[in-house]
Amino acid sequence: MNNLLKNSIWVLVAITGASALGGIAMNRGESINALWFIAAALCIYAIAYRFYAAWIAANVLAVDETRATPAERLDNGRDFVPTNRWIVFGHHFAAIAGPGPLVGPTLAAQFGYLPGTLWILFGAVLGGCVQDMVTLFISTRRNAKSLGQMAREEIGPLGGTAALVATFAIMIILIAVLGLVVVNAMKHSPWATSTVAATIPIAMIVGLYMRHFRPGQVLEASALGVTLLLLSVAGGGWIDHNQTLRSLFDHEGLTLAWGVMAYGLVAAIFPVWLLLAPRDYLSTFIKLGTITLLAIAIIMLQPDVKMPALTQFIDGTGPIFGGKLFPFVFITIACGAISGFHSLIASGTTPKLLTNERDIRMIGYGGMLLESFVAIMAMIAATVLDSGVFFAINSPSGVVGKDAIDAVAKISSWGFPVTVEQMHTLAKQMGEATLFARTGGAPSLAVGMASIFGNAFGQSLLALWYHFAIMFEAIFILTTLDAGTRVGRFMLQDMLGNIWPKMAQTSWMPSVILSSTLVVSGWGYFLYIGVIDPNGGVNILWPLFGIANQMLAAIALCVGTGVLIKSGKPKYALVTSLPLLWLIIITSTAAWEKITSDDIRIGFFAAANDLTVKLAAGVLPSEKANIAPQMIFNLHLDAWLTLFFVMLLWLIVFDMLRMCCCYLMGKTVPAATESPYSASRLVEKWVRD
Amino acid sequence: MRRKLKSLWQAVRRLSGDDAYEQYLKHYDEHHQAHPDNKMCQPLLSKEVFFRQWQDDKWNGVKRCC
Repeated sequence: MNNLLKNSIWVLVAITGASALGGIAMNRGESINALWFIAAALCIYAIAYRFYAAWIAANVLAVDETRATPAERLDNGRDFVPTNRWIVFGHHFAAIAGPGPLVGPTLAAQFGYLPGTLWILFGAVLGGCVQDMVTLFISTRRNAKSLGQMAREEIGPLGGTAALVATFAIMIILIAVLGLVVVNAMKHSPWATSTVAATIPIAMIVGLYMRHFRPGQVLEASALGVTLLLLSVAGGGWIDHNQTLRSLFDHEGLTLAWGVMAYGLVAAIFPVWLLLAPRDYLSTFIKLGTITLLAIAIIMLQPDVKMPALTQFIDGTGPIFGGKLFPFVFITIACGAISGFHSLIASGTTPKLLTNERDIRMIGYGGMLLESFVAIMAMIAATVLDSGVFFAINSPSGVVGKDAIDAVAKISSWGFPVTVEQMHTLAKQMGEATLFARTGGAPSLAVGMASIFGNAFGQSLLALWYHFAIMFEAIFILTTLDAGTRVGRFMLQDMLGNIWPKMAQTSWMPSVILSSTLVVSGWGYFLYIGVIDPNGGVNILWPLFGIANQMLAAIALCVGTGVLIKSGKPKYALVTSLPLLWLIIITSTAAWEKITSDDIRIGFFAAANDLTVKLAAGVLPSEKANIAPQMIFNLHLDAWLTLFFVMLLWLIVFDMLRMCCCYLMGKTVPAATESPYSASRLVEKWVRD
Repeated sequence: MRRKLKSLWQAVRRLSGDDAYEQYLKHYDEHHQAHPDNKMCQPLLSKEVFFRQWQDDKWNGVKRCC
C-alpha cells in the first residue's frame, strides 16, 4: 500500500511536469503565466533527481557509504574537514553560482522563451548535473585531486595541459565579458556607478573589521557590510539628484572600462583579506538573499511571460548576437545548463568537505539543479518585460541606430512594438536617463527584477529596486573579476616559474606585479575592444566564452568517460559520453560557423574582410574608420582563438579515445589512480548534529 | 521551534566560517591534545593568527565560478 502511494505520487509529479512543459511548448500567441515554468522545472528536477541521479549513484558510480572519504582520512581541521552535508551543499552552491546563469538566459531570450528554457532544463538534468556529480565522485575517490591533475593521470599529459590552458583562456574571456556587462550597466548612470564604486570601500571596511578590529567575527562584519551596501544603493539616488556630485560619476563606457581594469590590477595585488575575501562574503549573502527573494516574488506575483515562445530571430538575424538557434542557443546558455567551470569546484574544493559518498548525489547533482533553477528565474525575469522593451534595452546602437526614434522604429518593424515615450517613462521610473542600447543582460534583467519586486513589494520603490538589482549583479561580477584575475596570476606565475624559478614565488612583488599586469592586459584588451565595438562587443565575446566553457565541460566529461571505461563499465560510460558527444557537436558547429560563415554578424573572417573592403573604399564614417584597423585585427585574433579552442578539444577527445581503445584491446594504459578502500569510522550522528 | 532556529543559526555560522576557530579548537583537542609528547604537534594558534592562515588558505586556487 505504502509503495502504491509512493508510486502514485511520482506518477502525479510526472503528469504535472509533462502538462506544464506541454503548456509552455504548445502555447502560441498569448502570454503564459510564469508559474508554468516553475512547475515544469520543479517536476523535471524532482523526477531526474529521484530516478536518474539515484540510478547513476547506485549503478554507474556505485557510491559506497562505508568507504572513508578524503575529508575523514585526511582530516586536518582546516581544508580537509568532514562537514554536515547541508553545509557542504551551501559552500558548493555559493561557489558554482555566479553571474553566468543570469546573463546567458537573458541574452538567449532573443530566440523566444522556449529554446532557452528547454535547454536549461534538459541540458542540466542530462548534462550539467551529471558532469558535476561524476567529477565530484572521481575527485573524492582520488584524495580530492583537481581536474587538471586527474586529466593528466587518467588520460595523459595532453589532457592535463589542455585543462590548464582552457581554464586560463576561459578566465580571460569570462572576465572581459563580465567587465563589459558591468560597464554597459554603469555607462552614463551616476546612480549605478556610485553604488558599484561604493562596494569597494565597503569591502575594505569589512576586511579590516574581520582582520584587525574583531578578528574572525565573520558574521558581525558581514552584517555591517550588507547594511552599508543597502545604504549605498539609497545613497546613489541622493548622489544622482545632486548636480555637482552627479558629474563625478557620469562617465563614458571607455573611461569606466579603464577604471575596471585599474581596479582589477589593484585587487590582484592587494592581499586577499583586504578586498577579495570580504567582498566575497558580501556577494554571497546578497546573492543567496536576492535569489530567494526573487523566487518568493515570482511565486507571489505570478507574472505573465510576454515574450513569444519563438521569435523570427531563430534564423540567425537576432540583434543581440548573430547566429541561428542551432548551435548558438546552446553556446549562449552555458552556466545554468552545463558549465565546465563547475568541474573545477567539484574537483579539488568540495571533496575536501564531503563526509560520506552517499551525499555526492545531493551535492553534485542537486547543487547544479539549483543553479539551473536560478537560470530559469533569470529567463522569467527577462521575458516578463514587454518584448519591445526587452529588445530596446538589449539591442546595440550599431544594429538599431543611435537615435531613439530610429531604434524604436526598427524594433517595432520587427513586430515588437515599443515607443520612445514608453522607454522614457520606464527609464524615469528606474531613475536612469536612458535604457537604450544597454547590451549585456544586466540592465534588462534588473528592469525585469525591479518590476517583479516592485509589483510584489511596493511600486514606489522601482528605482531603488532597479539599482539594488544592478548592485547585486555588479558585486558578484566584480568578485569573479577579482578572483579570476588572481587565479590567472597564480597560473601565470606558475608557468613563468618554469622559465625563471624566482617568478614562481607568489609573494615576490616584481613577479606579482608583472604577472598581474599581464593577466589584466589580457582581459583588458578584450574589454577595450568590446567597449569600442559599435555592435556591442557581447556579440563577439559571449560566444567565445560559451565555446571555451563548453570545451572545459568536454574535458571534464572526457575524464569521466575515461575513468568509467577503465573501471570496467563501458556500457555505463554512455551517461557521460552522450553529453560529451552533444558538446562536441555544438562547440564544433558553433566554431565552424564563427570561422567560416559569410554572414558578417557571425563569421569573424567575413566581418574582417567586410571592414577591410569598406575601409579601403572609404565608405566608413570617420568614427568607424578610426577604430576599423583595431577591429579587423581583433576579428582575426578571435577567429584564430576559436580555431585553437576547437583543435584543443579534438586533441583531448582523440587522446581519450586512444586511451579507451588501448584499454579495451588489453594494452597498457595509465593505471587508475583511485585511492584504496578504507572503512569509514564516522558514526552518522557525529557529523550530522 | 527554538531548537530549529538554533540549528539554523549554527548552519549560518558554519557556512560563513564564523565558527571556524571553534572547529579548530575542537579538532585540536581531539587530535593533538591527546598526545602532548608528539613532536608533530604544533602549538595552539591564537584566534587572530588562526583566522589569518585560514583566510589565506581559503583563497588559494579556483574558489569562484561563473
